[in-house]
Amino acid sequence: MLEVRGLQSGYRHSTVLQGVDLDLADGRVLGLLGRNGVGKTTLVNTLMGLVRASAGTVRLDGRDLTGRRPDVVARAGVAVVPQGRRVWAPLTVTEHLDLAARRGRGRGPWDTGRVLELLPRLGERLRHGAGQLSGGEQQMLAIARALLTNPRLVLMDEPSDGLAPAVVDAIGQVVVGMKAEGVTLLVVEQDLHLAFAVADEIAVMQKGRIVHRCPTPEFRSDSTVAHRLLGVA
Amino acid sequence: MESIVADTAATGGRRGGGRRPSSLLRAVPAVVVLVLLVAAPFVLAPFATTVLGRILVFALFAVSLDLLVGVTGLPSLGHAAYFGVGAYTAGIVAIEVTSEGLVLVLVAGLAGAVAAAATGWLAVRSSGVFFLMLTLAVGEIVYQLTTTLDSVTGGSNGLYGIPAVRVGGTALTLAGYVYWFVLAVFVLGFTALWLVSRSPVGGALRGIRDNEPRMRSLGYSPFRYKYVAFVIAGAVAGVAGGLFAVQVRLVTPTEAGFTTGALALLAVILGGAGSLWGPVLGAAVVVLVRDALGPTLEGHGPLVLGIVFVLAVYLLPRGFAGLAGISAAVQRRRAASRRTP
Repeated sequence: MLEVRGLQSGYRHSTVLQGVDLDLADGRVLGLLGRNGVGKTTLVNTLMGLVRASAGTVRLDGRDLTGRRPDVVARAGVAVVPQGRRVWAPLTVTEHLDLAARRGRGRGPWDTGRVLELLPRLGERLRHGAGQLSGGEQQMLAIARALLTNPRLVLMDEPSDGLAPAVVDAIGQVVVGMKAEGVTLLVVEQDLHLAFAVADEIAVMQKGRIVHRCPTPEFRSDSTVAHRLLGVA
Repeated sequence: MESIVADTAATGGRRGGGRRPSSLLRAVPAVVVLVLLVAAPFVLAPFATTVLGRILVFALFAVSLDLLVGVTGLPSLGHAAYFGVGAYTAGIVAIEVTSEGLVLVLVAGLAGAVAAAATGWLAVRSSGVFFLMLTLAVGEIVYQLTTTLDSVTGGSNGLYGIPAVRVGGTALTLAGYVYWFVLAVFVLGFTALWLVSRSPVGGALRGIRDNEPRMRSLGYSPFRYKYVAFVIAGAVAGVAGGLFAVQVRLVTPTEAGFTTGALALLAVILGGAGSLWGPVLGAAVVVLVRDALGPTLEGHGPLVLGIVFVLAVYLLPRGFAGLAGISAAVQRRRAASRRTP
């Protein structure tokens, strides 16, 4: 489904991604780990077209999306749940969902009813402004917004960022629910427990490259790998 | 599209029980204001009726600018260009072809839309200070054209001799009749902009205003939406310009100049950008200070406007519309405290 080859990108005077190679098959969930500053968010933003690639290729189902605008990438079937949620504070939950649903109408199985089944909490907040929601609710709204575009691939950038442990568990349940529905996911995470709970495979980034990849059970079973690559016990 | 609103209704309206009455209640002030505006000529002197008509004309222009500034996040400095294009077009058509009111309003709106479509195609591709400069340049070009194309616009003397507007073949010579014509077009124009603002397009425009990259990530092409908003705003500004020509029966380059655009921007900021109704109040303050108070202040009207503007920026950062927001928040808090045992 997703094929990334030799992807390089960065910001004005610095190259962050130093040649990322990545494959992700249909319906699979890849957890992408790494310390701060290794390029995880830059990779998500480059895949989405928010940061311009300077070299390499990005293909989705064989279609070249390298250097395309974010709206083109989105229409090709990629959605992002950004770090920090980035919801529109003045808009209500209803307006958020309608905005996203208009783009995804007739393109797949996700409609508002189905999304609210997965995220019932949002159904109780339909008339609230997004700025009035808790962090967890905003994260759910960001997930709903992505799902309603009926994407082929969802990029999630640190969905546990800034959330209390109980809320992280709830978000984990939602991600597991998405996985059960066959959504293909690239989940960037710093929370190992969440990544282990949802991912089929774990990849680790260092200095703008993916340096390690293996099935999640294998990664969990060998604590020396996590210690060596991530500095955790 | 399956609508979330429909979903809410289907679920029994968890919070929707009070929605319909609440919408009706919110419509009450608008209906009261409309009734008062319709009745105004019966109680006001002709001069006051004319001033009220000017307020409506300028308010429609300001509301069209609010669609750009407040809803879309495009602060234009050249919006008076489309007001001027509409005013000159209506004036020329009235002199040369017909002064039928409906025709004048339609050609003025069409002219404003065409001018906005021609210039907005480039302008909305820019953002920030570049958008400001491009729209300022467009405004200056149109202003220069109005002063130099003497044979068409009358040059700096302006376009005069515009005949009285006709409705159904009858010339409207009394101030009250002209006012009612202006009021009818204002209501239609305001309603059109309100519907755009509340439509899915309006939601997309607000999304673009607040976070354009995120809207792109949802698959939206911001250019198309901003361009549509620019053309609609230009069309309504053109209609407002047409109304100006109908009411004043004299169009000068000033109408297309920077000062007119700046005053409209002032009205939007005073009233509260993005609310649409706020700029109507802002326009009222601007016109009253400029046209009604100005002559009695020995030409110091602009100074008073400046002071009002400075005070508004400090005391009402969200304009008059912000006061309504504060009032609503207080009511919500009181209601919440009543619910809490």
